[in-house]
Amino acid sequence: MSRLEVVKTGKLWIGGKWPRSESGATFPVTNPEGEVVARCASASRKDSRDAVEAARSGLGKWRDSTAMLRGQVMYRAAEMLEGRAAELTEALQFGGAGAAAARQEVDASIDRMVMLAGWCDKIHQVLGCQNSVAGPYHCFTIPQPCGVVVAFSPAEPALLSLVTLVGAAMSIGNSVVAVAPPQAGLAAVLLGEVLAVSDVPAGAVNILTGNQKDLVEPLGGHREVAVVVSGGLSKASRVAVRMAAADGIRRVHAVPWTGSAWEDDEETCSPWFLEQFVEFKTLWHPAAS
Amino acid sequence: MLARRAASFTKRSIKADSKRSGLRLAVSMLDLTTLEGADSPELVRALCRRAIAPCPVPPLNPPIPSVAAVCIYPRLVPIVREALAGSSVRVASVATGFPSGQAPLAMRLQDTQAAIEAGADEIDMVISRGAFLAGRCDEVADEVRAVQDVCGDAHLKIILETGELETPDNIRRCADLVIEAASRDRDLGDGQVFVKTSTGKMSPAATMPSVLLLLESVRDHFNATGVRIGVKPAGGIRKAKAALHLLVMVRETVGQDWLTPSLFRIGASSLLDDLVRQLLWTSRGHYAAMHDVAVT
Repeated sequence: MSRLEVVKTGKLWIGGKWPRSESGATFPVTNPEGEVVARCASASRKDSRDAVEAARSGLGKWRDSTAMLRGQVMYRAAEMLEGRAAELTEALQFGGAGAAAARQEVDASIDRMVMLAGWCDKIHQVLGCQNSVAGPYHCFTIPQPCGVVVAFSPAEPALLSLVTLVGAAMSIGNSVVAVAPPQAGLAAVLLGEVLAVSDVPAGAVNILTGNQKDLVEPLGGHREVAVVVSGGLSKASRVAVRMAAADGIRRVHAVPWTGSAWEDDEETCSPWFLEQFVEFKTLWHPAAS
Repeated sequence: MLARRAASFTKRSIKADSKRSGLRLAVSMLDLTTLEGADSPELVRALCRRAIAPCPVPPLNPPIPSVAAVCIYPRLVPIVREALAGSSVRVASVATGFPSGQAPLAMRLQDTQAAIEAGADEIDMVISRGAFLAGRCDEVADEVRAVQDVCGDAHLKIILETGELETPDNIRRCADLVIEAASRDRDLGDGQVFVKTSTGKMSPAATMPSVLLLLESVRDHFNATGVRIGVKPAGGIRKAKAALHLLVMVRETVGQDWLTPSLFRIGASSLLDDLVRQLLWTSRGHYAAMHDVAVT
């Protein structure tokens, strides 16, 4: 007897749970032949609001864990990515990549996660400093997480760009709401499944899939959001984010990379890129004269 | 059946203007509560400022109303009295050996007396749940009447602690019992006596079914006597949506008359933050951060 094939329906990952979209909407994931191979949830404005709330409540635990532990958790995520490399490669092939190119992107994504994991307990030494001041004080400037980071990832390279944006924000201790476009939907769901078994605290990372354009305004305008980073938004959407974010002190960044530029480790793992997710705090401490 | 009926009230779609007015109504019905061992005069004064003007700057137009009352331990009544002077916000004090109600009756009456003398407008009393569960209903009725005598004109809210009463039957019987005791041979005004679900010190607290039972008891009492007893759910109500569900249940169980702070209260602390956030959202179109609204 032939068995009933179970077609995957990717869910959203919010607050450590896997809800369907509040709207009930999904979009199909097709292979290059046009056959539907899976479905993914299409996030609504309400889902994006829920994701920000979850990120806010998940922030404390991630931010306050030690830098070394954060590094270990992210390294574990790299291990899990390795374990699901075949499935990830297949997901990228559905998007039209050739087998070799897809596998290469998965490998690059694993390497990227490891590099960003390494930054967790080193970024403070690079970006932090002791300031020279007149008077009997020690004066330190130390990097701290900004808070909730919203990341819009591009369609290409689906996995590598998402890992870069999420990993960079995570390594500083921020919590993340990542929004992947439909073309990257399946890869995004798989990344969520990887992080879900890597000891990432609930809500520290949230992954939405769907039409980014619809979520630009509610996410950009949510005052609990500290940083919005755009990896692939259209110019009109980038303007909309800036407009929505203008009433607060939210930072809005657009990354300059497209296509193969995401493969450049020097650029994407540069401390000057990570600095976009950092809030600096300066401390004065009395010194013995 | 009870659970299904209670759940049905959570299915209504409340949008736009009705949502806005519902949220404002919920704010005006709040008993803003802090019942912690660590409560300090400074903390309580900050809470009082918040109670009078719940919305931070810039204010909405029209401004968000003040809450109904601030609910604290008796020791803090004088401070709250002073902080709320000149406002419409009332001073509510828990008493009678809150939250367990396990002290001897004389001591519990003394506790109440002290709160009244310090200037409490409203007393939230706990009943002896042990006595009720053991079937000593007269003892419960007597203590309610004794506390009422001490209260005088101050309004009395009688906490059943529904979470400890275990069954819906018990909750309904207990509500009927205290309402009967409080109104026997007395000429009660509307809203002079409230039944309240919980202390907020245990879970489950104000679940939808338990509030529905109290509302039904109050409705039947009104139909029999024409006197309106108030209802106050308290404990575990943290989200604006939950408050709106309660208002729907009130409207559809006892009717429009009860949709006023003199007959329906919600005991909560963090609920106010969410109500204000939702109100800001309905007027500004984007969500406020927690640090925009919470000052304590």
